[in-house]
Amino acid sequence: MAGADGDDSLYPIAVLIDELRNEDVQLRLNSIKKLSTIALALGVERTRTELLPFLTDTIYDEDEVLLALAEQLGNFTMLVGGPEYVHCLLPPLESLATVEETVVRDKAVESLRKISQEHSPVDLEVHFEPLVKRLASGDWFTSRTSACGLFSVCYPRVSSTVKAEIRQHFRTLCSDDTPMVRRAAASKLGEFAKVLELDYVKSDIISLFTALASDEQDSVRLLAVEACVSIATLLPQEDLETLVMPTLRQAAEDKSWRVRYMVADKFSELQKAVGPEITKNDLVPAFQNLLKDCEAEVRAAAANKVKEFCENLPEDSREQIIMTHILPCVKELVSDTNQHVKSALASVIMGLSTILGKDNTIEHLLPLFLAQLKDECPEVRLNIISNLDCVNEVIGIRQLSQSLLPAIVELAEDAKWRVRLAIIEYMPLLAGQLGVEFFDEKLNTLCMAWLIDHVYAIREAATCNLMKLVEKFGAEWAQNTIVPKVLGMANDPNYLHRMTTLFCINALSEACGQDITTKQMLPVVLKMSNDQVANVRFNVAKSLQKIGPVLDSNALQAEVKPVLEKLATDTDMDVKYFAQEAISVLALA
Amino acid sequence: MSAISASEKVDGFTRKSVRKAQKQRKSQGSSQYRTQSAPVELSPLPQLKDAPSTEQQELFTQKLQQCCMLFDFFDSVTDLKSKEIKRATLNELVDYVSTNRGVLVESAYPEITDMICTNIFRTLPPSDNPDFDPEEDEPTLEASWPHIQLVYEFLLRFLENPDFQPSIAKRYIDQKFVLQLLELFDSEDPRERDFLKTILHRIYGKFLGLRAFIRKQINNIFLRFIYETEHFNGVAELLEILGSIINGFALPLKSEHKQFLMKVLIPLHTAKALSLFHAQLAYCVVQFLEKDPTLTEPVIRGLLKFWPKTCSQKEVMFLGEVEEILDVIEPTQFKKIQEPLFKQISKCVANPHFQVAERALYFWNNEYILSLIEENIDKILPIMFGSLYRISKEHWNPTIVALVYNVLKTLMEMNCTLFDELTSSYKADRQREKKKEQERDELWKNLEELRLNNTTLVQNNSHGLPGVHNNNNNNNNNNNNINISSNNDTQDKSVDMSIF
Repeated sequence: MAGADGDDSLYPIAVLIDELRNEDVQLRLNSIKKLSTIALALGVERTRTELLPFLTDTIYDEDEVLLALAEQLGNFTMLVGGPEYVHCLLPPLESLATVEETVVRDKAVESLRKISQEHSPVDLEVHFEPLVKRLASGDWFTSRTSACGLFSVCYPRVSSTVKAEIRQHFRTLCSDDTPMVRRAAASKLGEFAKVLELDYVKSDIISLFTALASDEQDSVRLLAVEACVSIATLLPQEDLETLVMPTLRQAAEDKSWRVRYMVADKFSELQKAVGPEITKNDLVPAFQNLLKDCEAEVRAAAANKVKEFCENLPEDSREQIIMTHILPCVKELVSDTNQHVKSALASVIMGLSTILGKDNTIEHLLPLFLAQLKDECPEVRLNIISNLDCVNEVIGIRQLSQSLLPAIVELAEDAKWRVRLAIIEYMPLLAGQLGVEFFDEKLNTLCMAWLIDHVYAIREAATCNLMKLVEKFGAEWAQNTIVPKVLGMANDPNYLHRMTTLFCINALSEACGQDITTKQMLPVVLKMSNDQVANVRFNVAKSLQKIGPVLDSNALQAEVKPVLEKLATDTDMDVKYFAQEAISVLALA
Repeated sequence: MSAISASEKVDGFTRKSVRKAQKQRKSQGSSQYRTQSAPVELSPLPQLKDAPSTEQQELFTQKLQQCCMLFDFFDSVTDLKSKEIKRATLNELVDYVSTNRGVLVESAYPEITDMICTNIFRTLPPSDNPDFDPEEDEPTLEASWPHIQLVYEFLLRFLENPDFQPSIAKRYIDQKFVLQLLELFDSEDPRERDFLKTILHRIYGKFLGLRAFIRKQINNIFLRFIYETEHFNGVAELLEILGSIINGFALPLKSEHKQFLMKVLIPLHTAKALSLFHAQLAYCVVQFLEKDPTLTEPVIRGLLKFWPKTCSQKEVMFLGEVEEILDVIEPTQFKKIQEPLFKQISKCVANPHFQVAERALYFWNNEYILSLIEENIDKILPIMFGSLYRISKEHWNPTIVALVYNVLKTLMEMNCTLFDELTSSYKADRQREKKKEQERDELWKNLEELRLNNTTLVQNNSHGLPGVHNNNNNNNNNNNNINISSNNDTQDKSVDMSIF
């Protein structure tokens, strides 16, 4: 293949390399993104000896170009000749790992981590590990930050002397005097702990963890909380109390809300990591405090975890703990001053009913649900409604229906269309749980009202909602309740409402079946082909195309075809277009 | 914020509107109060001025201790009486240290700093408004300001007292103190930041041992702001302090300071909220250049590297800063950067956003810049001509067109012959550019085809790598000619690419 078209195909390659140095960033970026093409054309040897040194030297480019380069190089192993030569990629990536821009550096580290796996153990010690060391002792903080992400990938595969060096480097970076580096080290502490031998976890990691968790900067301390999860998972139960718990307790009461927030945010993971006994003795009171924290941010994060925390409590004492310790706090949160806290709670509180069972739910939780359904903030109400299914399983939805209805009605008429949209989306679910009678009586009018909402997205969602309802309640129900109303709108003076009829027909025809479609819907559609508004007419054509497959061939030939043919000669260009399209799709030509 | 619920995802407007409503109701409570137990009621102490001089010191200490009691300003009705007592006491203390001599005895220092630390050092509360836009939104004010303000006032008077002795105070006003002080610069309350600015400036002036530390910590704050959080309220204030610090740097500049300029100040230009501190930032940069003109080239190249690509407002700010730099530039330095700089200016002049174009064209109103351009007209005119000529015909904004005509006229007067040459070759140049553009399109098309071929190549590679490889080499030899010729018009720096 190379003989005949080789000259042609390689000409662009030359220009491409030239374009790597073009003045226009966009062009440089384009050529960097085609770097694998260049490498492929050059062959592995020239890629190693010419292209890579060139790239290493041009590293002073725009960050955007560097980012693309860093990413490309992570996938370059085959292009330099496979794992045997993968270390050739290290010099350019090393430079990229030291640049200022965070996204470039992170991408370079990601690529380095990736290709580290492709190094043989020998190459790892000869080429990769020295690079990590160089980065770890770099002058500027960027290279030290990058080094933090590389220890854990080479540690498991090197000799014990090198291992000792790596541990030493990591220790040094944990007490670096630049907070950026300490943050990077703290965020990799958990990951590093996982690849260390247990003895070293106890001797090295714990002291680093304790130091980072009491760093002067809260941005460092909060990262130690994350590491706490991994570390606690690694240690045997009997060591947790002495090695981890003092630090964790201190973090849960840290003077900075950011640290407490982090504890709240990681609470479920922490709970699993420390096991049931410590949970009972330590985490329950800690969780109570977080639920009562003075900062709303912390309370909201904790409220989010209420269900998960309760679920994971040891079964023997779960109910007792929830009833005596957690529930009182939850009750207070229902009337919290901050809406984010309330809505966080509302998104999980319903889940407690499955844990506590029917009687407790009715006695203790129901009043809370009802209170939240009446909350002033629409988000809170919406979160309750969107989780009704959990309660339905335990006590049935009827218990709630009295309060549910006003809440739904109010949300259905909310001034913000996005709120209305959200409640429409829950309608099919509600309909299923409330049953057809209740629905007809209370909610049907709402569903119909949405069809003439002044926002298109709502009308569209309402149409889709009708389809789902018909799927649930059946064609007969549709024929009696919905279809007449929908078809009635075909005579509305507002053309937008007339179009809604067509959209509903599009959505409903399949669910309603051939009989209803042919007998009731088709005549209306055909009649609308004489509408004076062109938009209605071309939507007639689109509707006919849509419902065509539901109709029998007789109706198609005798009724649909003449109408479409007439529309195909319409004066309006769009009507013509859609009519012709329908004719060809339905094969009526 | 973690509490993002279904409706928030659906309705992007909820939060802002609700937030606004919330904010009208309350100002920010500070996290500090709630961490300690309920306050004890304060009882008023006798006035300092009425006490016999032997007891004054003791009374002073008592009052300082009394002021360590913190109150909840979040709740505006509780402890009214005690709050008032503390306010009056603080006022009296401010008065006492600013008007009296000999009151700062050594034993008072720990008591004084203790009172200050207890009151002002606190974790700043979470922002009510996570995407606070200082230009649009009202800042949330510190609720406990009635007390905190007086404590700041007291700290300032303490530092400025003629008897103040840094050698004693350095035991208390140490690195930890400074670190906590710096963290407070993130306060949303501009009144608080203003006090902090003056105070930090005094500390920098009086504590020689803390200077390097302060600079380093400011560095860290900025680096974090640039590369990690993009959020810090006190950047402008810190830059203002730095402006005066730079002013005092000794010559030749230490490499630490140069590094600060290139690795911190220049990247600060990339911040989203640049408009909030650009004036202070530009001042710092110009200060550096006035100290050491040889930094001009790296600074200009740095600015060009970070030149805004999509934000016109920022572009206008950059142009403003460039003009400030050009105002103080030395002609020899100007020669070093004129080409890359005027390539950028020529792009700005042709910017469809009229404010950017206008700002760039205003350079020609500056006498000094004009003289620099005139001196180097043979270099600058060819760079500028294309853009100016084009927009004189194409720009939508009549003001810009008028300005461009004036600029063209000025340039023509500077070198008439060159101007005429450029005018007559304009068309040919454009055509050449067009042709290049076409070639490029062609190239990408070919490349698409090549990519398809390459998929087969990869497959071939796995079977018979050597053969394919050789072919490639041959082909590359053919390319040398093409490449070298195209190399000629891109003047490249470091790398010898003839090998390709």
